[in-house]
Parts: sequence; C-alpha cells; structure tokens
Amino acid sequence: MGNVILETQHIVKQFPKVLANDDISIKLQEGEILCLLGENGAGKSTLMNVLYGLYQPTSGRILLDGRDVQFSSPRDAIDRGLGMVHQHFMLLDPFTVTENIILGAEPGRGPTIDYGAARRQVKELSDRYGLRIDPDAKIENLSVGLQQRVEILKALYRRARILILDEPTAVLTPQEVDEFFSVIRGLRESGVSIIIITHKLEEVRAISNRVYILRRGRVEGERETGNVTTAELANLMVGRSVVLTVERTPHEVQPEPVFEIEGLQVLDDRRIPAVQDLSLTVRPGEVVGIAGVDGNGQPELAEAIMGLRPVESGIIRHLGEDVAGVSTRDRIHRSISYVPADRHRYGLVLPFTVAENIALGYHDRSPNAYRGQLDYEGMNGNAADLIKRFDIRTSGPEAAAMQLSGGNQQKVILAREFSRKPTFLLVNQPTRGLDVGAIEYIHSEILAMRDKDVGILLISLELEEIFGLADRILVLYGGRIVRELLTDETNEKEVGLYMMGGKERSA
Amino acid sequence: MFTLEFLTNLLSATVRLSTPITLAAIGATICERSGIVNIAMEGIMIMGAFFAAIFAYTTGNPWIGLLAGVAFGGIYSLLHAFATVTLHLDHVVSGAVMNVLAFGITRFLMVLIIGHPGTTPAIPMGLGRYRFAIPILSDIPVIGRALFNQTPIVYLGFILVAFLTWFLFKTKTGLHIRAAGEHPLALETIGVSVYKMRYLGVFISGLASGLAGAYLSIEANVSFTEGMSAGRGFIALAAMISGGWHPIGAFLAALFFGFADALQVRFQVLRVVRLPEELFIVFPYLVTVIAVAGLVRRSRPPKAVGKDFMIERSED
Repeated sequence: MGNVILETQHIVKQFPKVLANDDISIKLQEGEILCLLGENGAGKSTLMNVLYGLYQPTSGRILLDGRDVQFSSPRDAIDRGLGMVHQHFMLLDPFTVTENIILGAEPGRGPTIDYGAARRQVKELSDRYGLRIDPDAKIENLSVGLQQRVEILKALYRRARILILDEPTAVLTPQEVDEFFSVIRGLRESGVSIIIITHKLEEVRAISNRVYILRRGRVEGERETGNVTTAELANLMVGRSVVLTVERTPHEVQPEPVFEIEGLQVLDDRRIPAVQDLSLTVRPGEVVGIAGVDGNGQPELAEAIMGLRPVESGIIRHLGEDVAGVSTRDRIHRSISYVPADRHRYGLVLPFTVAENIALGYHDRSPNAYRGQLDYEGMNGNAADLIKRFDIRTSGPEAAAMQLSGGNQQKVILAREFSRKPTFLLVNQPTRGLDVGAIEYIHSEILAMRDKDVGILLISLELEEIFGLADRILVLYGGRIVRELLTDETNEKEVGLYMMGGKERSA
Repeated sequence: MFTLEFLTNLLSATVRLSTPITLAAIGATICERSGIVNIAMEGIMIMGAFFAAIFAYTTGNPWIGLLAGVAFGGIYSLLHAFATVTLHLDHVVSGAVMNVLAFGITRFLMVLIIGHPGTTPAIPMGLGRYRFAIPILSDIPVIGRALFNQTPIVYLGFILVAFLTWFLFKTKTGLHIRAAGEHPLALETIGVSVYKMRYLGVFISGLASGLAGAYLSIEANVSFTEGMSAGRGFIALAAMISGGWHPIGAFLAALFFGFADALQVRFQVLRVVRLPEELFIVFPYLVTVIAVAGLVRRSRPPKAVGKDFMIERSED
C-alpha cells in the first residue's frame, strides 16, 4: 500500500449546540478505497465538509502529502486535488451535463464560455475513464445513476486525485450499485484515492480496503476490511449489539381482503397520469411491499389512498366499501392509518408539542378534547402513556416535536397511528434517514402490527426494507404494477431488474 | 381614425412608455436569477429619478444626471443586497422597506435641497432633446419610425436587452449567477462565492432601475416629482414574471404593458367610449393583473429564488 496522502490530526468541530467532531484523526493512503462508517449524526459528513473547506475546524490539523494545509473554501480544496460527490447531488437540473461539469472552471478567453471546447473536454474525459454520458443531455432527464456519474466527472474535470463520496449508493438500484462499484474500482486503478462515507455495512465489505468506524463524533475503531465481520462493524457503529434484520416469523393471513384498489388512475401536479390502471389487494395480517425507483408514482399513490389527491378513475375499497370519494378525515376515522414519507412536512407539526402531535386527527374527541375544548390534561396523560410504550426519548409530552431526533420523531408518528387500532395501515418510507437502531425498532413494530392482523401496505425505496418486511412484493414502474412476486421466491437482483423497467428475466 | 399616422404614433408611444418598465424588468430578471427576490424596483427607480434630476439641475448637464441616476440606483440597491445576503433578512420584507424608505429619503432631500416637497424646478436641458433617427432603419414604415426615431435611454434600453441576454447565457459570470439562483450550494461547493454572485445580481438590477428612474425625470420629463414612478416598478415585476425570467421575455412583456398604457391615453383623448377618465387610467394596471394571472402558471421561477443561503449549518 502506498504513502499516506491525506491525514487529519485531532480535528474538532463545535457547532453552536452540537460537538460534531471530537478529536478525529484518520489517514488516507494513496490508491486505496477507504470507508468511513457511522450512523446519522456520527459526524462523518461534518468531517468531510471540514476536509473540503466548506466548514472550518474548531481545532486540529489537515495534512496533505505530509504538509500542513488550510482550506478556507472549497476552491482551496479543489485546487489541491480534492473532489467531493455530495449525498444530495450538487447539480443544476435545468442545465446540461456539460454546463454542470465545467461550472466554475469554464474554458474560454475573457468573459465568454467556449462551449465547443467544453463539449470536447467532457467527451474526452468520459472516454478516458469509461464513464459514458451525453454531454448535451439535461440533468433533469437523467437517471439518478447517470447524475452521479456527472458528479464524478465534475470532480475528475478538476483533476481530483482524492475523491470523497458521501453516501453514494443511498439512491441507487442494485444494478446501479454494481456498476458504481466497478467505476470506483476503475478509478482506483487509474490512481485516484477514494473515501466513501456510508452507514451500509455490506457496502464497506464489498468495496473498501480499510474502514474507520465513527460514533458520536469520535473514531471508534479502525479495521482492515478483509478481517472484520459485519456483526463486529455493526456493534462498533451502534455501540451495542444489534439485530440487523428483524426476523419475519410466518403469520396466518386472513382470506377476506381489508383493502383493495381496482383500476386506479391518478394525475400528478402537471396533470399527467402518475398512477395508471393500478390494482392491488391487502389482506389482514400481511405486509404488501411496493418496490420502485423514486419518481414512479409513489407519492401520488399514497396521496390518493389517503384522499389528499383526487382519483381520476378507479375504486379504492376499505372493508368492502368504496372510499374513493370519502374525505381524508373520514378515512382516518374509519381506521385507515398513515405514516407519511416526509415526517417534517406531512407527519408532524414541528413547533407543536409531542402530545399535540399525537392528538392530531383525533383532537376533537376524548381523551384529547372535552365538550368542544382541548383537554390538555387528558392529551398529555395519553401522550405520556404512549411515550413509555413506544420508548420515545423526550423530556416529556410537552417538548416540541422539533427538539427530538429523527428516530424519535418517527416514533411519535408511529405512536399516533399505531395506537388508533387501525385495520389498514399505509406506511411510506418509514425509515428514511434513520440509523440502524431506530430502523430495527420501527421494523419490529410494523411486524407486530401485522401479527395483530392489520393489513399493511408498505411503500419503500429501500429494497432491503421491502425484503425484510413484506410477504408479497409489487414492483411499481411508470405508475403501473409491472410485477407481483412472493418475497420467499425472488431476490433483490430480480426485483431490481423490474424496477428499472426490465420485462423478462435476464438469463 | 386608425390611419398609418395613428398607428405609428401609437407604437412610438408604446416604445417610450415601456422603456422604464423594460429597464427595471431586465435588471430584476438578473437579480432573481441570482436567487434574490426583488420587489424594490419602485424605490430604486424613485432614487434614480431624484438624483438624476438633482445632478442635471445643478450641473446643467443631463449626461451627468444620467450617470448620477444609474450610480445612486446601484448604491441604493446594495442596501437590499446587504439586508438579504449578509444579514439573511427576508427578501420581500427588505424590498418593501426599500420602497417606503426611498419615498421618505427623496421627500426629505427635496425639502433639504430644493426647499419644498413636490416637484423640482425644470432642468435646463433634458435628454428628450437628443432625439435622433437611425439612418436606413428609421425609413422602414411604421415599425422603423416607432423603434428607430427615439431618445438616448430608449436606445440604451434596446442595447441592454441584448447585452444582458448575452451576459446571462453566454458568459461565465452569467452561468454563475444562474447557478446561484438555481442551486446555490452546488455553486459554493465548486468554489464560487454565492454571496458575490447575489450581490452582483442585485447591483445590476439597481443600476438598471436607476437608469429607468433617470429616464422618467430627465428624458421623458424635465423635472423630478415625488412618486413619479407611479407603480412602474411593480409593473416591471409583473413583466419579469410574465417574461419567464428571461430578458427578452421581460422586454416583450414590458412592450405589451407599454402598449396598454399608450392605448389608454389615446382612448382617453379620443373619447372612444364615454367613461370617466379614471377608468382608462386603471386599464394598464388591469391588463398587468390579467397577464400575470394568465402567464405566471406557465413560467418557472429559478428554483432557489427567495431562499436564504448560509454555508455553515449544524447537522440535524
């Protein structure tokens, strides 16, 4: 293995309220793939933003090629050969691939841009590294995998010899992940040193040479990937032993459907069909998973089920009655529960207290109200019970929802929805952005609801989640169910293929 | 009634009346493309108009007045940039304050310098005197005479529409300004300062609105009157939106509003219909409302316009 190319010594980053990095020292060797593993809030992204000059460290040193360096802005970092691919892509959607790649380093004399030269350079670069892309395509028309490719090209265009990738596989399908891995290995062959930030254990084992484990802003350990087990990594990351996949015990499914959709058509905001001719059935005691790449009609489907978006045609049947024209409020009151995908925008009123958030939707009745007025005593008492039952870490029912961590916010929503004894439960991306410990808890609660004979429809972009929870998998592509599969008779590769619009089994 | 002469005069008036709207609207287009909402054109315009008139009056040279109008428009707009970019204030609140403040400042300075509020004495020489026809082009019937037999700032307006379009879409700085309004962090992370681009965007709109003000006080008129912008800054806002945040679109929309204004004046004079004159005056504003209501839904604003940008934020 080569020399140490980049090193941090005792980096501390103090935010007004949070100590994000507490004495972090890591080393990156030339030509290796290094992983930084940690949960949300472990301080990985902060450390990378410090390395990239976006944040200034409170104390500590950065050494590049053994020499002290100070990056007062990303420009300094870029000039010294660092490139970064952020978790949320830094791409301008209505602009072309070429414009995005050259942004800030445009070729051309004086004030004007030489677009001809820019196209040639982009073309040459993509040929050299085997990253094929249409230089004139607009970003908004590219798949997520190709957008990531543009991000990598953007760094290479600036002659990056150290590439930092923040959660690079979070948004990719299994096929795209494989392709991404081979791209990364190719880059290592051509001499680029790579840091990958991740919370996915499999990823560490699949791609890296070495891994640092971060927890609560500190380095918890360093391992050669070759001789470490997944379980050991998980324990280091979480700080206790965790169950990685909640066991899905067999459960008897009731024959009479609790929830059915027939021939559903829903339009998106631009009045283009987002869900078309969609039919499905959910029976009590089963979890039906809807797998699909983002942007294939998931939000429109969820909103139509909850009455938040008008149904163009089709039937939505709950307990044998068509509810397609029923108001959202009445749907909730007839025991349909909903865990929305975006907990900040739709799940919670952040400035409200935990108790108020739990009362929402049932705030006009006991125990939350008495004779037309809110009954705070009853509301807080009820919330206190649920806080205990769902193990919500908060100072009490009167704490504002925004003071809670993401995992505990999600537990508030679960407490509200699950305590209302639903017969049908719609769960949309229940663990998005949560860490391993919280995911474990939420998964086991969902399965507990299934065991109480609730019919559950799970929409998720995470295939692991679908495979961990669902009994049956429906693949959503272009607003249609293109395939129905039994979880026990399929695998992630096959589902991934249908998610990309593949029609036949590839031999 | 609808003779060739009438038509030529109508179009010529359209171009004249649209000039201040065009200038403010193309400036605002650059500003909003950089991510800063600008509703302060009205106030900046009034500042530009005031200083243009004062300098033209005291020096006797309208060209110095023009430069002063542009300069003070630019300087005054920096207050908006400072409030929104550096202090992270809400853009609309800052813009509203800028408008009210401009009226206060000009009244105060009127009393201080001229000795009374209201209207300044006439300047010795206005830019309106420098009307000149461009050879050949002005010989084209109707259109040629309407477009190419005009006064200096009108021509300057045409040039600026072309220049700012080129600037926004063909230059490096233009690309950076558009990036700042679309995805500021993307720009910052490749090493270009979003703050600088946003200051620049606001400043350009200040210069353009200052020029629009100078047009009002020293080219279309020969004196400054308090409140003489008469809502043109807001019509410019409408032109920018109807024009889809594109300089040429904003220019066409401004021409349309200028046309409505020109038509209104003629209807009033010719008494086409017997109605109180106030109703005619309302006409261009009504057209503005209808145009914005009809067109707004189709045009897409820059994604990050009005969104504050701050680099260091603790993670949640």
